[in-house]
Amino acid sequence: MIEFRLDPDSGVPTYLQLVQQVEHALRLGYLQPGDQLPKVRDVVTALTINPNTVLKAYRELEHKGLAAGRPGQGTFIQATLEQVALPELAGLRRTLLGWLASADKAGLDEDGIVALFTSGLRDFFKSRPGSATEGTAEHGTEGVA
Amino acid sequence: MNVIETSGLGKRYGQSWALRDCTLTVPAGHLAALVGPNGAGKSTLMNMTAGLTIPTSGTTAVLGGQPAGSPAALNGVAFVAQDAPVYRSLSAGDMVHLTRNLNQHFDTAFARTRLDELGIPLNKKAGKLSGGQQSQLALTLALARRPRLLILDEPLAALDPIARQDFLAVVLTAMADDGVSVLLSSHQVAELERVADFLIVLSRARLQVAGEVDDLLAGHRLLTGPTAEADDYARRLTVVQTRRGDAQTHLLVRTTGTADPVPPGWEAHSVSLEEIVMAYLRSPGVSEPAALARVRRSQPTEATR
Repeated sequence: MIEFRLDPDSGVPTYLQLVQQVEHALRLGYLQPGDQLPKVRDVVTALTINPNTVLKAYRELEHKGLAAGRPGQGTFIQATLEQVALPELAGLRRTLLGWLASADKAGLDEDGIVALFTSGLRDFFKSRPGSATEGTAEHGTEGVA
Repeated sequence: MNVIETSGLGKRYGQSWALRDCTLTVPAGHLAALVGPNGAGKSTLMNMTAGLTIPTSGTTAVLGGQPAGSPAALNGVAFVAQDAPVYRSLSAGDMVHLTRNLNQHFDTAFARTRLDELGIPLNKKAGKLSGGQQSQLALTLALARRPRLLILDEPLAALDPIARQDFLAVVLTAMADDGVSVLLSSHQVAELERVADFLIVLSRARLQVAGEVDDLLAGHRLLTGPTAEADDYARRLTVVQTRRGDAQTHLLVRTTGTADPVPPGWEAHSVSLEEIVMAYLRSPGVSEPAALARVRRSQPTEATR
């Protein structure tokens, strides 16, 4: 079972923080299919947040196909996140390190690299047709510059 | 179902209106924060909703159309007035006994168990309890009535940060357990950001804006651009607040959808709940609250999950 935490200064909506923590735990192998997510009531009590926020996070995880609710029991992990095969990952990492070296050579410091990468990432996913990076327009996170 | 429905609700004391022309709908299953400065009409609205004050004009109904103050309404609504009202010379156990005998429904076992968990001895006089314990006692008595709507008037004002968090945790857990709807007034907006999922802003005896927090966040934006173009642009928008500099102007606007085009040279930023509240409090009177009253699909609270 994972334990949620909240970053009050992140600017990321609370429900999305919960979604991202489950995804992160899946990537790192802390959560496996069949594992139960904390009960809504327990998350509410531990974090002092609105139960509808937790329900929204769990609905989002269900919508993404990562979790499923079992009536009367709770919400359970039902899938793993797509993992990129290890050889490909090593190749991508090599390319990224090469890119970082050239950014460094061009005179960008760490903050400049992060800013450039972040804006590039955002533009890339924004321009990709049919993309939904952080949830759909229905959740009100889209269209914010 | 709507837990609160008011129409043209108003209350006048002598020559001055404490609340005017308030038309408001709050769907069930929310924790609704009622915010506004002192004298805005928060307590007046709460007292009329609880059926303790007779309106001068308009109507108010609770729990799916029960007139406020009717027997059905009184049975389903629990109200905790400001400053944790307990009889100081009565013991906690006496308060349980008294509340049980004054109400049709009262879960004595729940009240005893809760007080035990909170470490409040039944034989201790309420006046000797700490501020946090007194408010927990008042909350326990209210929850033991198993209300469908819980109204809390400034419950956090007198509490230290730990006691506040403990108090809110009990309220939110009750929402998760029983699906009770909550109306809570406060002038602290920031600490309600993670707690409230519905917001009602009152100022100068009038309703300024009301709606689900997600809708309010999605429905407002801060637009920044050249002052020379601001007036022209503002005419086409619902502007809540304008902050004008020589060169650059910030417009906090209400948007109709997420796809509103932003003209070239202008930037759009999302705004926090606190910014939205402050904008309405600083520039009261811009709103037609009905515009945001659209209710999205209502989701039942699934307490068992």
